[in-house]
Amino acid sequence: MYKQSQIHSSAGTSHGSSRSYMIGFIVSVVLTVIPFALVMYPSLPRHVTAWAVVALGVVQVFAHLKYFLHLDTAQEQRWNLIALIFSVIIIVLLVGLSLWIMNSIHHNMLAH
Amino acid sequence: MFGKLSWDAIPTTEPIVIYTLAVVGLIGLALVGSITWKRKWGYLWREWFTSVDHKKIGCMYIIVALVMLLRGFSDAIMMRTQQAMAASGGPGYLPPDHYDQIFTAHGVIMIFFMAMPFVVGLMNIVVPLQIGARDVAYPFLNALSFWLFVVGAALVNISLGVGEFARTGWVAYPPLSGLAYSPGVGVDYYIWSLQISGIGTLLTGLNFFVTILKMRTEGMSLFKMPVFTWTALCTSILILAAFPILTATLFMLSLDRYLDMHFFTNEAGGNPMMYVNLIWAWGHPEVYILILPAFGIFSEIAATFSSKRLFGYASLVWATIAITILSFIVWLHHFFTMGAGANVNAFFGIMTMIIAVPTGVKIFTWLFTMYRGRVRFETPMLWTLGFIVTFSIGGMTGVLLAVPGADFLLHNSLFLIAHFHNVIIGGAVFGYMAGLTYWFPKAFGFRLNDRLGRIAFWCWLTGFYFAFMPSYVLGFMGMTRRLNHFNNPEWRPWLMLELVGVGIILCGVAAQALQLYVSIRNRHAYRDLSGDPWDARTLEWATASPPPFYNFAEQPKVDDLDAYWGMKERAVSTLKHTDYRSIHMPRNTSSGLVISVFALICSFALVWHIWWMAIVGLVASIVAVIVRSYDDDIDYFVPAEEVARIEKARLKDLAEA
Amino acid sequence: MSNIVIEKDIAHNHEQGHEDAGSLSVFGFWIYLMTDCILFATLFAGYAVLRDSVAGGPSTVDIFELPYVLAETALLLVSSITYGYAMLAMNRNDPAHVLRWLAVTFVLGCGFIGMEINEFHHLIAQGYGPSRSGLLTAFFTLVGTHGAHVLTGLVWMAVLMAQVWQRGLTSTNTTRLSCLSLFWHFLDVVWICVFTVVYLLGVV
Repeated sequence: MYKQSQIHSSAGTSHGSSRSYMIGFIVSVVLTVIPFALVMYPSLPRHVTAWAVVALGVVQVFAHLKYFLHLDTAQEQRWNLIALIFSVIIIVLLVGLSLWIMNSIHHNMLAH
Repeated sequence: MFGKLSWDAIPTTEPIVIYTLAVVGLIGLALVGSITWKRKWGYLWREWFTSVDHKKIGCMYIIVALVMLLRGFSDAIMMRTQQAMAASGGPGYLPPDHYDQIFTAHGVIMIFFMAMPFVVGLMNIVVPLQIGARDVAYPFLNALSFWLFVVGAALVNISLGVGEFARTGWVAYPPLSGLAYSPGVGVDYYIWSLQISGIGTLLTGLNFFVTILKMRTEGMSLFKMPVFTWTALCTSILILAAFPILTATLFMLSLDRYLDMHFFTNEAGGNPMMYVNLIWAWGHPEVYILILPAFGIFSEIAATFSSKRLFGYASLVWATIAITILSFIVWLHHFFTMGAGANVNAFFGIMTMIIAVPTGVKIFTWLFTMYRGRVRFETPMLWTLGFIVTFSIGGMTGVLLAVPGADFLLHNSLFLIAHFHNVIIGGAVFGYMAGLTYWFPKAFGFRLNDRLGRIAFWCWLTGFYFAFMPSYVLGFMGMTRRLNHFNNPEWRPWLMLELVGVGIILCGVAAQALQLYVSIRNRHAYRDLSGDPWDARTLEWATASPPPFYNFAEQPKVDDLDAYWGMKERAVSTLKHTDYRSIHMPRNTSSGLVISVFALICSFALVWHIWWMAIVGLVASIVAVIVRSYDDDIDYFVPAEEVARIEKARLKDLAEA
Repeated sequence: MSNIVIEKDIAHNHEQGHEDAGSLSVFGFWIYLMTDCILFATLFAGYAVLRDSVAGGPSTVDIFELPYVLAETALLLVSSITYGYAMLAMNRNDPAHVLRWLAVTFVLGCGFIGMEINEFHHLIAQGYGPSRSGLLTAFFTLVGTHGAHVLTGLVWMAVLMAQVWQRGLTSTNTTRLSCLSLFWHFLDVVWICVFTVVYLLGVV
C-alpha cells in the first residue's frame, strides 16, 4: 500500500517537457491579450465581444489543461478525465439551472 | 477579552436545560470516573483515539451517532409532548423561542450527527473488507475526518449549555438566519458545527471514492463489487459533488453575519431566495447520501437471508448510478412555492417523478431476490421487510408532493413532515439498524441478543406508523409544521395518537439500549468463532470476527460476484499455513485529534467573537498540519511472525467453531 | 458451517490492485480539486445572480481597471510556467533548480496577492467595500476566495521549499510538489474564469 517509489514518482500525471510549457505559455498569452484588447478597445458589437471573450476563455482553459496539467486520454489519466468531465457536468447543471431559477423568480417578482 | 461570552451565556433561567445539563454532567462524570478508576485512559488513547484503523474509526462514528440519536429523539419527544399539550389553545410547557431551538436542533442532529455518521461508520467498517483491501486510501485523513465530525457534534452540544442554538429550522433560511433577525450566537453555532464536520465529510467522500476505485483486490472489477460497495461509491460521489455547495453557501451566510455583507440580506441588494436555491442544491443530494447506503445494506441482507444470489445486480448498479446523476436535477421541488413559475416547476416536478423510477426498480429486485429463496427471518431481514413496505408508502407520497399543484397545498404542512420521516426513518434509519445488527458480530466478535433485537424492531415499526401516519391526515386538514401552539380541536386526537407512537418508539430505543447492555454482558456466550454467523456471501465474512487489524494476511483473489460464497462452494480458504509475509501498515497518530481540538477552539471563539482566540486556534491547527507533514515515522511493517501468530489463532478458532 | 479446506490457492504476494502511494496521493488531490471547482462554481453562481444588485452604488463598469487586471494575470500566468520549470527540474532530480524556480514562483505569487490587496484597499477606501451592495459583496467574495487560495498555496510552497532544502527530493516531497503543481495550475484556470466573467464581461 505504501511502496516507496523512486524519486521519480509516476504520480498519475504525465510529465511535461520544456516545449509543452512554452507552447502553453505562448498560447495562453495570446488567448489573454486578445480578449483584453477586444474589451479595452471595443470594435465589435457588445454581445459579439462578450461571446468572443467567453469562447476564448474556454479555449484557454483547455490549453491550460493540456499544456500545464498534462491531461489527456492516456490510460493512467482515464479516471482524472472522467472526474473532470463529471465535475463539469455538475457545474453546468448547478450554475445553469440556478440561473434559470433565479431569473424566473426575478421575473415573477415584477422586477423592472 | 472574551468577546460576547459572559456568565449570562449559561441559561440559568431555563429549568429544562439546567436539568438536562445536570443529568448529562452526572453521566459524563460517572463515565470519566469509571474509566479513570479502571485505568483505561492509556488503552483508550492507544487503541481508539489515535487509531487510523478504519474498523475502529467506523465503530467510533456509530457510537457517537447512537448517542446523538438519544439527544435528537429527546428533542422529538419534547416537541410531540408540547404539541399534544398545546392543541387546545394553551401554551404548553415550551415557550416559542425554546421550542424553535428544539426543532432546529432535532433536524440538525438527526441529519448531520446521527444519520451521516451512521452511514460513514458503516462504510468505514465494511467497505475495505468487502473489496479485499487492508485499509482505506488515506488512513490519516480518515481519522482526521472523524475528529472533525466530533468537533461539529461538540459544538452543537456545547450550545445547549453555553449560549443558545439557532431558531431557524435545520436549513436556516435567511433573512431569519441573518444578523438582523438572529443577532445571537445560535446561527453561528449552527454554521461552524456544519462547516467543520462538513470538511470531515468531504474528506470521507474523497477517501472512499479513491479507495473503491483504486484499492480493490485482484480480480474484483467494478461489476464484481458487492452492491453495498457500489452504493458507497455513489454516495462518495454525491458527497464530493454536493458538499462544496454547502460549504460555499454557509460561507456566504457567515460573511453576511460577520462582515456585514449582502448576499442574503433584505437591503443593499441581497437575495435571500438565492440561499434557498443553493442550500437545496446541496440538500437534495444530501438525502440521497443518506438513503443509498441503506439500499446497499438491504441488498446485502436480502441476498444473504434469502440464501440466494441477488436478483438483477446490473439493474441495481445502473439504478444507483441513475439516482446519483438525477439527484442533481430535482432540487427545486423543495421550494415549488417560492415563485419560479410554471415552466420551472413543471421541469423539476417531472424530473422528481422520474427519479422515483430507479428506486422502484430496486424494490422489485429485492422482492425478486426473496422470491423462491429460502428466506430466514433473522432480525436484519425483519428490518428489510419493514423497510420495503414503509419506504414504498413514503416514496409514493413523495411522488404526490412532486406535483407542483399538490405541493402548493401541502408544502410545509404535516403531510411533508410525514413524507420525509416516512422515507428517512422507514428507509435510512431502518437500513442503519439492519446494518448494525447484521455487521455487529463482524465488528465485535459476538452477536447481539436476538429477542431484544426483534422486540426493538416491532416497537420501531409500530411506533413509527402510530407516530407519523396521522401526520398525513393532519397535513390534509391544514396543520402546518413547526407550530408551537394552536387551537384546532379536530387535530387533537391525531396528535395524541402520535404521542402514543413516540412512546412505542421509545420502547424500541430502550430495547436496543438493553440489547447492547445484555449482549456486552453476555459476550462470551454470544461469541462467534467462525467469522460468518449468517452464512453470508461477500468478502468481509471471510475474515475473523473481529478481523485482524491488517484485515487480510494475503489479499484474496476474486473472480466473480459474491466472492466469499464462491470460496465456500469451492472449499477454498483465504488462509495459508506457511509463507506469511510482513505487512505494511500505517502508524497510529494523535495528529487528527490535535488538529481538531484547535479547530474547536477556533470555531468556539468565532461563535463568541473572541477574535484573538480564533486566530490562535486557526494558526495552531495550521501549525499542527505542518508538524504532521514533517513526521517521517508514519508507517511500519508488521513482522511476518506476528501475522503468522494471529492467523494461527484464527485457524484454531475456526476448528472450534 | 461450511467445511473449509485449507489450500494455497491464492494470489501473488505483492500488493494488489492499486498504485504506489505517490500516485494515489496525486489522484486524490486531483479529486479534491474537482470539489474546489464546484465550490468556486457556487460562488460564480452567486456572483451572476448579484451582478446587477448595485443598491445605488457603483456597477462593474465603474470600478474595474483592465490594464491593472492584465498585469495581475501576467504575474499569475508567468508563475504557472515558472512552476512548470520547477517540475522539470524535479524530474531531472535537481533540487537546486527546483528551489530556484519555486522561489521565483513564490515572488510572482506574492506580487499577485500584493496587487489584489492593493485593488481591494483602493475600493474600500472609496467606500466601495463588500458591505456596500450585493454586487460588491459577491465580487469581493469570489475574487477574495481565489486570493485566499493563492495565499494558502504560497504558505504551502514556503513549507515545501523548506522541506526540500532540508531533506532533498524524497518521494514524499516529490509527491507533494506534484500536488502543489496541480493546485497552482488549477488556480490559474480559475483566474481565467474570474477575469473573463467578472472583469471582462463586467466592462464590455
